[in-house]
Amino acid sequence: MNGYERNGSSRNGHGSNGKRSSRYSAFSLLSHGLTKKDWPLAWRKHDLAKTYDVVIIGGGIHGLATAYYLAKNHGIRNVAVLDKGYLGGGGSGRNTAILRSNYLTPEGIRFYDRSVKLYEGLAADLNFNVMFSQRGHLTLAHNDASLRTMRWRAEVNKIQGVDSDVIDPQAIKKLVPYMDVTDEARYPILGALYHPPGGIIRHDAVVWGYARAADAYGVHMHQQTEVTAIDVSDGQVTGVQTNRGAISAPIVVNCTAGWSTLITDMAGVQTPIQTFPLQAAVTEPVRPFLDTVVVSGTLHVYVSQTDRGELVFGASVDPFASYSMRGSLEFVEGLAGHVLELMPPLHKMRLLRQWSGLCDMTPDYSPIMGPTPVNGFYVDVGWGTYGFKAGPVSGEAMAECIARQQTPEIISAFGLARFTDGELVGEKGAAAVGH
Amino acid sequence: MIELPCPWCGPRNVSEFRYAGEGGVRPDPDTTTPAEWRRYLYMHRNPLGWTKENWYHGSGCRKYFSLERHTETHEMRARDTSIDEAPLTENAGDTR
Repeated sequence: MNGYERNGSSRNGHGSNGKRSSRYSAFSLLSHGLTKKDWPLAWRKHDLAKTYDVVIIGGGIHGLATAYYLAKNHGIRNVAVLDKGYLGGGGSGRNTAILRSNYLTPEGIRFYDRSVKLYEGLAADLNFNVMFSQRGHLTLAHNDASLRTMRWRAEVNKIQGVDSDVIDPQAIKKLVPYMDVTDEARYPILGALYHPPGGIIRHDAVVWGYARAADAYGVHMHQQTEVTAIDVSDGQVTGVQTNRGAISAPIVVNCTAGWSTLITDMAGVQTPIQTFPLQAAVTEPVRPFLDTVVVSGTLHVYVSQTDRGELVFGASVDPFASYSMRGSLEFVEGLAGHVLELMPPLHKMRLLRQWSGLCDMTPDYSPIMGPTPVNGFYVDVGWGTYGFKAGPVSGEAMAECIARQQTPEIISAFGLARFTDGELVGEKGAAAVGH
Repeated sequence: MIELPCPWCGPRNVSEFRYAGEGGVRPDPDTTTPAEWRRYLYMHRNPLGWTKENWYHGSGCRKYFSLERHTETHEMRARDTSIDEAPLTENAGDTR
């Protein structure tokens, strides 16, 4: 769903130095409802300090989660999160909010499973309702090859302790009565990979929750603060230049998406990333009828119904590299056709709007995380089309990586050096479209 | 929708083409090292601004050609009919 039109960042984030936000509870809701008092700001605004222990570039879920876990798990609180726009205005507010962990490689499954576990406890941890709905996730197979990959994925998932199984068309029909599972369909459905813990979440709430919780630990979040240069001397990061002035810091973390190569270029680090737009769309709201997430890799489409009743559709990335976020008619035409092939009764639904976000694609559909050849300069980039669902575990692992000066085991497969060493983590079979 | 200036067929819808990406000099497989080969395969310039790139007109003349494209505005400057084999250098694309 499209967060940036109606998110409350101007309301929540641009206040002056207010007092620290209070704890949310049923009692505070009732008392504010009765007294009609203003809610305290969710996070405060600060002047740019001259020095921080850690500067994080990118105020999306990855940057905010890294700041939060640095403060919470490692006691590093003199941290700044910089964003050239507003918090959650990039990929964090543009994704289709789907969470799952049924990947293909053991490294990928372990990683995303930890993320789903963190998401399950996130509302209590952050004291913020993130509206995680574990409604089940279906990945459809339309041909023998994809059915074979699903069986493979299901077995690897089970070995890693992830709830995942292949189900037949009759079982799909029970879960999604509107689905055309007959063999008259243009692309008949042969089966599906069913992943019960998968689901959707309110992505803006995750961003705001992390920002508010990081603020409570004293982390500074600076919006409309664009990094224009990264200072490196003798192979060691010394700080950043921004449109609001210079900051000196021994550690700089690139947590951006879409524009991540512009930041790594500033530090003189080359990554194998190319930027592609990904388009999504949302319909008018209707009564609830779809209580699972439905994904078809063959048809390049995924569908879920929000709590408000809108259907959210996403696709694969556009066919050529671009930083443009304009929508295209081809996308809407292709999307509508494919959705109707899956669920013909939806032919009267009307689209409300479409949007796009930028995805940093890597050659093996896995991220790039950890230290770089420049001392003190860390990356958490290359998040392609799967960054949102990995937000909490990425923040946790990056915080540990920075605090202990050692790459944690859970992200050791995702280092930048794998592209020169030839040790790629091939997730294309599970990540290319099926999210 | 954008149109690409095919040097043989004129302006055509982008859906007729296949994006072949930025060019680069293909190392000689007999003499290259694995590290050089991987660099050729994986590393990209990914500029925000003008880039030189190759396209394949699969639904038209079925020929490769190169052009210059602005990656944010999609303005295009046609080049010649040769494909781009410029050496891969860091930050080679113009920035805004």
